[in-house]
Amino acid sequence: MSPALLGLVTIVVGVGGCLGYFYFSNLFLDKVLFPARGPNAGRNINRANMVRPWLFLGPAIVALGLYLGYPVFETLRLSLTDRMQDDAFVGLANYQQMFAEPKFWEAMRNNMLWLIVVPAASTAFGLLAAQLTDRIKWGSIAKSLIFMPMAISFVGASVIFKLVYDARPAGNEQIGILNAVWMQFDGGLGSLLFLKVVPVLILAVFAALVAYIGWLLLRPIMPGSDNTIVKALRAVSGLISLWITVVALRNILDVIGMDFPYGQPQSWLTVPFYNNFFLMVVLIWIQTGFAMVILSAALRGIPEETVEAAIVDGANPFQIFFKIKVPQIMPTIVVVWTTITLVVLKVFDIVFAMTNGQWETQVLANYMYDKLFRANDWGVGSASAIIIMLLVSPILIWNVVQARKEMR
Amino acid sequence: MDNIAGRKSGLSWAVNLSVVLLVALWLFPTVGLLVSSFRTADQISASGWWKALFPSEQVVQLRTGGAEAATQEGDLWVVEGNLLEDSDEGPEPGTEITRFGVSSKAVDAFTVGETTSFTKDTKTFTMDAAGNYRFTSTKELKKRGQRVFITATLPPEFTLANYDQVLLSGNSNDSMTKAFLNTLTVTIPATIIPIVIAAFAAYALAWMEFPGRALLIAAIVGLLVVPLQLALIPLLTLHGSLAELFASILGTTDPDAPRKLLATNSLGELFGFSAGDSVAAKGYLGVWLAHTGFGLPLAIYLLRNYMSGLPRDIIENAKVDGATDFQIFTKIILPLSFPALASFAIFQFLWTWNDLLVAKVFLIDSTGNTTVMTNQIVELLGTRGGNWEILATAAFVSISVPLLVFFAMQRYLVRGLLAGSVK
Repeated sequence: MSPALLGLVTIVVGVGGCLGYFYFSNLFLDKVLFPARGPNAGRNINRANMVRPWLFLGPAIVALGLYLGYPVFETLRLSLTDRMQDDAFVGLANYQQMFAEPKFWEAMRNNMLWLIVVPAASTAFGLLAAQLTDRIKWGSIAKSLIFMPMAISFVGASVIFKLVYDARPAGNEQIGILNAVWMQFDGGLGSLLFLKVVPVLILAVFAALVAYIGWLLLRPIMPGSDNTIVKALRAVSGLISLWITVVALRNILDVIGMDFPYGQPQSWLTVPFYNNFFLMVVLIWIQTGFAMVILSAALRGIPEETVEAAIVDGANPFQIFFKIKVPQIMPTIVVVWTTITLVVLKVFDIVFAMTNGQWETQVLANYMYDKLFRANDWGVGSASAIIIMLLVSPILIWNVVQARKEMR
Repeated sequence: MDNIAGRKSGLSWAVNLSVVLLVALWLFPTVGLLVSSFRTADQISASGWWKALFPSEQVVQLRTGGAEAATQEGDLWVVEGNLLEDSDEGPEPGTEITRFGVSSKAVDAFTVGETTSFTKDTKTFTMDAAGNYRFTSTKELKKRGQRVFITATLPPEFTLANYDQVLLSGNSNDSMTKAFLNTLTVTIPATIIPIVIAAFAAYALAWMEFPGRALLIAAIVGLLVVPLQLALIPLLTLHGSLAELFASILGTTDPDAPRKLLATNSLGELFGFSAGDSVAAKGYLGVWLAHTGFGLPLAIYLLRNYMSGLPRDIIENAKVDGATDFQIFTKIILPLSFPALASFAIFQFLWTWNDLLVAKVFLIDSTGNTTVMTNQIVELLGTRGGNWEILATAAFVSISVPLLVFFAMQRYLVRGLLAGSVK
């Protein structure tokens, strides 16, 4: 059967089957099982109404249980067994083996980098774009253009950026825009300005910002508030941000001391460590539009009186933005941040298509794919999937708690 | 907002400029791909795509007439003619030539009007700005004419040849036609089926009272973030055992290879199987089911949020008038929920169209007959990594459909995003 015909038949059978199931099971319930007539009409109606939700939910529960619920436990079981020994229980041996692999730690380190950089950059760019486009006439066109990459597949985006990063041997015409720009730098004053002064300034501003956030997080702990969990969370995230500050400051020194290979085209994706950032750019490019759309809606939802009051009190635009608007949309920023974090944890296609984890760009999802389908090592592959699950679970718990709060 | 209290923002021009910059930055990479897909391989490797949009000074290689065009003048064989008019390739006649050369080592050695002698002074060549040339040689000429490099400012030139190659050539390596159809075959059922299932479930969760409802909603919120990576191996094994089950229904199977049919029964024959065939664990059915399962949490979540916001009066009035739940759902809720259904449909469509992992695991087998476009592009990246004209065109074919959907239905997409993440 040709696939197209098969597809058509599936649509008809699938959709028709679903609708038929819902229709006939309802009919069966109302007319045969608990008919709403005779001596027990009232009781029957009540009983039918007790069963009906489960009829409606049935296919969904089966599909969810089979395709998302069951695999979680099965993967956990697989990660504790060895396929080569007839699925014998091997305890944490797979995890031990995985922890002993440098490639795993490389993937962990890179994933942590992705987790810090991509959500932060996407949210920041999204906020910037939202704030700027809300104030101009052609804002909606600008928005839809920045939003457009959302529709492009990770693979398509990878091709797009491979062209951007393309390198030709020195002496040839560069066809990748990044190398074409890079070849303009010759070590003169312009290079000094753009490659030393500007990055140092950006890093310094970033370090100052993170340090400030760290300080805000740590300050309330000093006198000793009452809630220990909040305190611990603050302490941990505060310390993390202080650590990032130190890293950023160290990078400033690196940039100042760095000797740039002027005049030589760079194959950007093979430069260890920095190539991670070139991959991240792809995801940031895609996710900024998402952040922008949501934050823009949140910005519009801010009550105008608060802004008016600030203007009357003589606040400048920056104060209005950082002290009036941002605090009010903080919950939305958190939602955007966590949503992008989830995308980052599962990032696979970009790394798979652009470097396939070579040149120290491995990430967890691609490491897992390697283990499962290239090395055929289900134990370690499942163990790394469980690691991804563990990284996701704080967000999962947080979301469930929030949803339950709302329901009440 | 900033014009309140009679203030005019002095930053207005700065804001406009920053947005222009931001949009340009975001658009630039995609435009690069689009432009490259309309250029020939030579053009792509000769200059950056950003130069393709403007008239540019280019060096073109052409040939003079050969032996058959030569006339003899005393000791000399002479060829005269017009470089631009005589050849089909190269710049249009009338283009102004500025410089020329006869060796690939010095392609722009001479200004038009100059005369050069070469090959130990046995040959001379001269030409004017319009391309009229005179080529002389003391020896008899070869069949092919002399190579000449001309420098001229040429207008931008684009071609559809790449699209022809990728879509119509039928070249099995480059062709995207099959992959395009396969992608479509994956996408459409994988978009429609979850909507039907989710709509009923969402209605039950939004408007029916039953014990365990809150728990179910919480579970769905939890399942929203479960990484589908966890599901790959368990589901692949599950699909494998299902294939074995089907094989045993369709006929007798080999005990060592339980998916392979030794003989078929009448049911197997009805489905077109014959002895020796095997029932594959990978296939369209598997990928449809997988996409359905992975898309359901978001579908139920979005639709439930929307449906629970519908006015209670309508539903209660209908109940009072004696409508059953099934009628209320199909006649009232479904039509009213159209925006939410459209939002999810777009999400699911974009997601399944752009997906690589699920297709790789559940669909694409070793024969490669069921490849989808994302996978085809990844393979092209491996086999034709340097052939940007093919890569760019293939990638653009694959992203053009989502882009069309995106621009046509952006309103619904934005609405869905807002409903999905802002509480």
